[in-house]
Amino acid sequence: MHIPDGYLGPYTYAGLWAVMLAIWSYAGRKVKEVLKASQIPLLALSAAFSFVIMMFNVPIPAGTTGHATGATLIAILIGPWAGVIAISVALVIQALIFGDGGITAIGANCFNIGFAEVFVGYAVYRLIAGSSDVKSKNRLIGAGIGAYIGINIAAFLTAFELGIQTILHTGSDGRPFYSPFPLKVTIPAIMLEHIFLFAIIEVIVTVLALAYLQKSHAELIRK
Amino acid sequence: MKDLKFKKLWVGIGMLILLSPLGIIIPELLKSGGAWGEWGADEIEKITGYVPEGLKKLSELWKAPMSDYSFAGWKGNLKSSIAYIISAILGIGIVVLVSVLIGKYITRKNGNS
Repeated sequence: MHIPDGYLGPYTYAGLWAVMLAIWSYAGRKVKEVLKASQIPLLALSAAFSFVIMMFNVPIPAGTTGHATGATLIAILIGPWAGVIAISVALVIQALIFGDGGITAIGANCFNIGFAEVFVGYAVYRLIAGSSDVKSKNRLIGAGIGAYIGINIAAFLTAFELGIQTILHTGSDGRPFYSPFPLKVTIPAIMLEHIFLFAIIEVIVTVLALAYLQKSHAELIRK
Repeated sequence: MKDLKFKKLWVGIGMLILLSPLGIIIPELLKSGGAWGEWGADEIEKITGYVPEGLKKLSELWKAPMSDYSFAGWKGNLKSSIAYIISAILGIGIVVLVSVLIGKYITRKNGNS
């Protein structure tokens, strides 16, 4: 999910905006060291893929919806730092043009999905897949488990950020200023639906896409 | 400008764009709402009985040109789906443009190989 405007108070949204500005700046420098002009289409493709995959809302019957992000897959393709940039581009456009996610919440959403999910997913993938052959099953297993854990970490951070607002910003009348849901509500609500459904979708998308790439474009998979 | 080896992948993106209405039709069929925690001020009021002050103020902060991937007045499955596809094409067009600009900026002094 993309946190809208109004759910996060200024400490959280400004803090995460500041963190993301630093991360984006650093990502730019890291990517500069390795990105060749010939790889720009892949960066654009990754951002496009993330954007479109997030349009596939997966429903819980009579319940809420969620979606995959492609974060781990993108990190596998273009590296985590470039992944931060690709996904941030998708998230920012979603917020600015389509109102999907707030403007004040851009820092938070980019941190959760564009940074934390990317790096956790990629780290788990590397831990499991190591430097095995790019066409090996190990890569698929690593990608699947990385994707599963990655999106759940993003979900947890989201739930955490939403849940602490009642602690940080409550008026003297006891009314919350921002997200009115405490941790004991946000964490089960968001985590259960991700652990049992949306993360599984993410795994399926990631593994199928990687398997396809292994067959048709193995040279794109970073060793 | 786009390499031929990426052509298949762009076609894949194109297919996803055409399939994207599934992302609104299937939830509609299963009577699902939006994502948890993405409620607007009105829906929050229905859930909790009031609208938190900060939420009321900030939720009006930004008027997105194509809010929720839809056009005002385009109702019903067919029109919503068309609007959704248009949103996907537009969104991806902008995403690609921005990514390319960022990529060019980052690699402005690198070699090309």
